[in-house]
Amino acid sequence: MSNPVEESRIPSPEPRVPSATNRRIRVLVAKPGLDGHDRGAKIVARALRDAGMEVIYTGLRQTPEQIAAAAVQEDVDVVGISILSGAHNTILPRICQLLRQQGMEDTLVVVGGIIPDEDIPGLKQAGVAEVFQPGASTQEIVEFIRQHVKRKGYSASP
Amino acid sequence: MGDVTKTGLPPETSTQKPERRFTTLSDVPVERVYTPADLPGFDYDRDLGDPGQYPFTRGIHATMYRGKLWTMRQFSGFGTPEDTNRRLHYLLEQGQTGLSIAFDLPTLMGYDSDHPLAEGEVGKCGVAVSSLADMETLLAGLPLEEVSTSMTINSPAAVIWAMYIVAAEKSGADRRKLSGTTQNDILKEYIAQKEYIFPPRPSMRLVVDTIVYGSRELPRWNPISISGYHIREAGSTAVQELAFTLRDGIEYVEWVIRAGLKVDDFAPRLSFFFNAHNDLFEEVAKFRAARKVWARVMRERFGATNPRSWLCRFHTQTAGCSLTAQQPYNNVVRTTIQALAAVLGGTQSLHTNSLDEAWALPTESAATLALRTQQVIAHESGVVNTVDPLGGSYFVEKLTLETERACYEYFDRIDALGGMVAAIEKNFPQREIHEAAYHYQRQLERKEKIIVGVNDFVMEEKRPIDILVIDEAAARHQTPKLAELKKKRDARRVQSTLEALASAASTSANLMPYILECVRAYATLGEMCDVLRRVFGTYDEPAFQ
Repeated sequence: MSNPVEESRIPSPEPRVPSATNRRIRVLVAKPGLDGHDRGAKIVARALRDAGMEVIYTGLRQTPEQIAAAAVQEDVDVVGISILSGAHNTILPRICQLLRQQGMEDTLVVVGGIIPDEDIPGLKQAGVAEVFQPGASTQEIVEFIRQHVKRKGYSASP
Repeated sequence: MGDVTKTGLPPETSTQKPERRFTTLSDVPVERVYTPADLPGFDYDRDLGDPGQYPFTRGIHATMYRGKLWTMRQFSGFGTPEDTNRRLHYLLEQGQTGLSIAFDLPTLMGYDSDHPLAEGEVGKCGVAVSSLADMETLLAGLPLEEVSTSMTINSPAAVIWAMYIVAAEKSGADRRKLSGTTQNDILKEYIAQKEYIFPPRPSMRLVVDTIVYGSRELPRWNPISISGYHIREAGSTAVQELAFTLRDGIEYVEWVIRAGLKVDDFAPRLSFFFNAHNDLFEEVAKFRAARKVWARVMRERFGATNPRSWLCRFHTQTAGCSLTAQQPYNNVVRTTIQALAAVLGGTQSLHTNSLDEAWALPTESAATLALRTQQVIAHESGVVNTVDPLGGSYFVEKLTLETERACYEYFDRIDALGGMVAAIEKNFPQREIHEAAYHYQRQLERKEKIIVGVNDFVMEEKRPIDILVIDEAAARHQTPKLAELKKKRDARRVQSTLEALASAASTSANLMPYILECVRAYATLGEMCDVLRRVFGTYDEPAFQ
């Protein structure tokens, strides 16, 4: 598989004037697992972009290593992972660990997908900031990111 | 008609907010009432025809469910070939006549169970099949000349079908008597489900090879099930589902004709697969329009003269994407409405989803309830007593005509792009679906559309149902079995058949005979797909603007 990160940058429709202290929140939307269910990932990517964030979508079937490498390369503030395959308990802690190993411990990791309640405490302990279950609105996701993103110098409101 | 107008109707009075729009689930505007004025020039013979008569709007058979009920074909598959073989025997003992096999994600993507990318996925959402040995286990003891078998497999369909043919012949069956369906619809993978391996054009060549081979060697097999189901699940409208599916059908027909077949030599074996969503009348209109449009396309666009070539025969599955994790028992009601739409729309076979499938594969009790839903509709509701009971409804006829018109508009746009393969390469259908999915999400968030238990009528709840958990036992079982197979088989024969496949793939030869030889040598799915990956390359979706 080639590197889809380079080719899937989603531009914001209303680019703001960049400044040294006021850059847009940068989000990597990532889709691990062998399945091709990208409806949710693409809707969230679009909603974050419409909320003024800069969004990079990895494309399908990314390994934890590819996702962490893309996060580093793109210097993102947030990694948003869409996962429906049921493999979240192995894949998500691995991504969090790889991000920490690569000095990205300040990166906010949020997750959306079919994740049962009982798995959430373990995922949060592993470093996931929030889990959005089926039925979550894109507005909730936007607000959570704005309130919790750790990188300094971003634009907190659209 | 035409002598009645709606201008004399009294003004609308309503307790609803005046700005409320009435639209279908796909956001098509719906009027307060429909009258003959909505159907100017409506002609029974041209627009409907009797059931079993061109253009088949009312159904493909004269007697429909009075003659034969639809096939209740529940999709199943999980774990090892041994696990699924036991389940298939159980289903036959319960009186089911059609089998439908689900494969796991590694198999769907052309990877063996021992591939690193298969980790955590073996046997999870279907059965793992890596070689002829697995297929022989999966089919052991099944009466393959009597039962029809549907296999949901796409990118590696030629390989899995070859395994089925060889396993059946080794068990003594005559290939000319084998009946069933391979989904084998690669175009909707690029459009919606995204389980592709190779680029579109070599993938189309594989599909053409199977259709051509099937027309000569397996006259009772449906070599393709042209599918709108996944297009709808990805968020399309009803019209997009219909238009993209039928335009995919046109694309396959064009490619097979270019490969040298006459349309009537293979068109009777083309089959379709649609989604049934919540909006009852919109769905019924979609199914009716599907038959009408396909009949006209086959007769007028392709000049088919065999009436069987004109028939849009289809399987239906209720909408997985409509199921909610919240208040899961509500899903039984949704599935009932959707199944009713499929039956009122004249489906040939039906799968009803289980109430717990927003969470996981169904438990046995949930799957049984889903089957019972079909049986109640068939045997208690009375809707099977007459053919096309909604025919003649001003609303349903109007919606059917509008759906048909919108479908032809999409055909024109896709034809102008150079056909469906070219449209896919330009991301056209993908972008249309994404726009529709995003529009619907926005409607949900503004509460313009309501999902009970999700954005309205919400309640706090602990998960009230048990969920099926599939562990890693299948992977633990499959990996050593594969290692043992690789030790036992004739390595030189594997090597030479794979080399022959690679050489043939670089020519325009039909690949089915070469794949069959690899299968007989017990080459694995992953080995054959690796050969084809080397020759054809792999595919990533183009940038999405």
